[in-house]
Amino acid sequence: MTAATFKRNFGGGRFTALILFLPPALLLFTLFVILPIAEAAWYSGFNWNGFGSPTNWIGFDNYRFVFDARAFGLAFRNNIAIIVVSLLIQLPLALSLALALASRFRGAVALRILFFMPYVLAEIATGMIFSFVYDGDYGLLAALFRSVGGEAPHLLASPDTAMLAILIVIIWKYFGFHMMLFIAALQGIDQNLVEAARIDGATKPQILRYVLLPLLYPTIRLSIFFAIVGSLQLFDLVMPLTRGGPADSSNTMVSFLYNHGVARMRVGYGSAIGVILFFVCVTFAFTYKRWFMRDE
Amino acid sequence: MGLFAKAVLVAGLALAANAAQAQTTVKWLHIEANPAQVKIWEEVARGFEAKNPGTKVEMQFLENEAYKAKLPTILQSRDRPHVIYSWAGGVLKSQIEAGVLEDITQQVAGYSDQLAPAALAAFSQNGKVYGLPIALSQVGFFYNKEIFAKAGLDGAKIKTWDDLLSAVKALKAAGATPIVVGGADKWPIHFYWTHLAVRIGGKSGFEAALRGESGGFEGEAFQKSGQLFKQLVDLQPFQNGFLGFKNPQAVGYFGDGKAAMMLAISSAYNLQRALAADKAGLSDEKLGWFDFPTVPGGKGEATDTLGGITGWLVTKGSPKEATEFLKFFISQDVQTRLAGAGYIVPVVKGADAGLSTAFMRNVAQNLGRSAYHQNFYDQSLGPFVGRVVNDATAEMAGGSMTPQQAAKAIQEAFKQGN
Repeated sequence: MTAATFKRNFGGGRFTALILFLPPALLLFTLFVILPIAEAAWYSGFNWNGFGSPTNWIGFDNYRFVFDARAFGLAFRNNIAIIVVSLLIQLPLALSLALALASRFRGAVALRILFFMPYVLAEIATGMIFSFVYDGDYGLLAALFRSVGGEAPHLLASPDTAMLAILIVIIWKYFGFHMMLFIAALQGIDQNLVEAARIDGATKPQILRYVLLPLLYPTIRLSIFFAIVGSLQLFDLVMPLTRGGPADSSNTMVSFLYNHGVARMRVGYGSAIGVILFFVCVTFAFTYKRWFMRDE
Repeated sequence: MGLFAKAVLVAGLALAANAAQAQTTVKWLHIEANPAQVKIWEEVARGFEAKNPGTKVEMQFLENEAYKAKLPTILQSRDRPHVIYSWAGGVLKSQIEAGVLEDITQQVAGYSDQLAPAALAAFSQNGKVYGLPIALSQVGFFYNKEIFAKAGLDGAKIKTWDDLLSAVKALKAAGATPIVVGGADKWPIHFYWTHLAVRIGGKSGFEAALRGESGGFEGEAFQKSGQLFKQLVDLQPFQNGFLGFKNPQAVGYFGDGKAAMMLAISSAYNLQRALAADKAGLSDEKLGWFDFPTVPGGKGEATDTLGGITGWLVTKGSPKEATEFLKFFISQDVQTRLAGAGYIVPVVKGADAGLSTAFMRNVAQNLGRSAYHQNFYDQSLGPFVGRVVNDATAEMAGGSMTPQQAAKAIQEAFKQGN
């Protein structure tokens, strides 16, 4: 390293700033992120119930147990299903609503607030509310079915429909958030560009296809990112609705970790799930950055 | 004097005042969902405070499932409660081994003689006492006499498993919901399979499985339990959407008179009232009980029981007052009172006299006659294997596992966990 580059990298104000601001952040990051991950990796080699300190070393058996568990496969599938539904239903829905509500007309703001409301609601509260809505005896859904003379299904009580019911809640709860992202982006677009396209004779679909969507691309990427991260984190909506049941049909990876690791006092096994989840997240983050965020 | 100095002075005075009072607080974590019973407990706690100045009893509540899930973490925190609820069994064993419980042998010497020996033994290990029992319970069928009468049935005549199956058929034919069960919580379902195992394999069958003999939990007795359970499941006896019902919902459903039967712990006698929509539930005239049916050819005796031995544990590092409070709480006086209100089958000798309802007297009699009282599997087998039993039996009920697969899953968990 030459003296010149040294000075450029560490000289003067930058070096002082580094000394001042890096240690606290680094310390916190190490303490609350790096150490727990390392600990989890260490615990995942033990058969341990969480009391005292771990002694029974079983190597990679916990990982084998996780991959052998049918419930883990289901949980992984559910995570994928959430992502797919977010991309194929939630985002197009949010985008079309945003296109409709971005312009100023009477009631636009009221509608925006209305659609955004579910996002403000706490996840646990949402789960409780929907467990009443879905209740096949007393719920809103049951009342609807009865009013047309049908028999209400117990959506949350069947392995075939429980996840579907949760997916509906997810769309209901989060489309408003994505819609707001799109509205903000749409309002940031220079109207002159739209104007210019119109003068050039572009039709409405053409304006959408060739002007708006390309300009929205960064926001769409962000939105997809949030949808995927949200899927990987989803837990607090599942617990009040189904607790991952029936027959583990509606677990996400995180609720699987809780139900099969924490609740059963299998800390080693739970840690193994945590480590797997960590690798899934890291893989996703790097791939996503490489493929979609290249130019930023 | 500046504002800051004043504030410091006030804070200092407050601290000094606190230290001067030297209050001991006994933190008591419970899971009782019935407000009427909690009210009696609160009165007992206030009574203890009155007799022991400077001691405060603080009650904390967690719902049953949440309590089980959080307990390991709570116990290892510095701020852990002093008195906690327990179902004894394998969970207690791992708590003792982890050293999170206080040995209270010395403090209860003399006092403990008045407790039923079997109940006390459930909270002891190697001659050391870690907690005190409060109540016994039995699992059996509650039934609604009105619905039974409509279907032309008599609950008292259901003696064998086949009797139960034909009763279910008759109830279905009469348009009633035969059985309500809280399937989302899973443990209410595990009563079926495990009580069948108590009937079929008996005490020797369970002990052999623990030793890993004759196929363990995959052995013949457990396979047969699964097959018989499946006979019941195939009749579709449960309420619509039973896998989505949590236990309190299910008990309330029974209290509302919407189902003919419910396999439950005897303490549901009161809970079905508290959780019914009208808070009254089924009256004594409408409520019936029969013991879990027998299985011809089974090794278990008809008098063998499945149920709980519940009690309170004292956690490590608790003040002496915690144990003193338990001794006060589990005294003949309070036990008689709780028995009188029909909440418990008491463990203190002589408190049986307080049993005021025929229902609870009958349960107490059954427990007195029982030569083999099996603790709940999901407690006695520990948190991991116990929950696999719950999962597997719930899956059998939902049809996603065959009896064979269920038994295999349990045996595999048992091997993994031990």
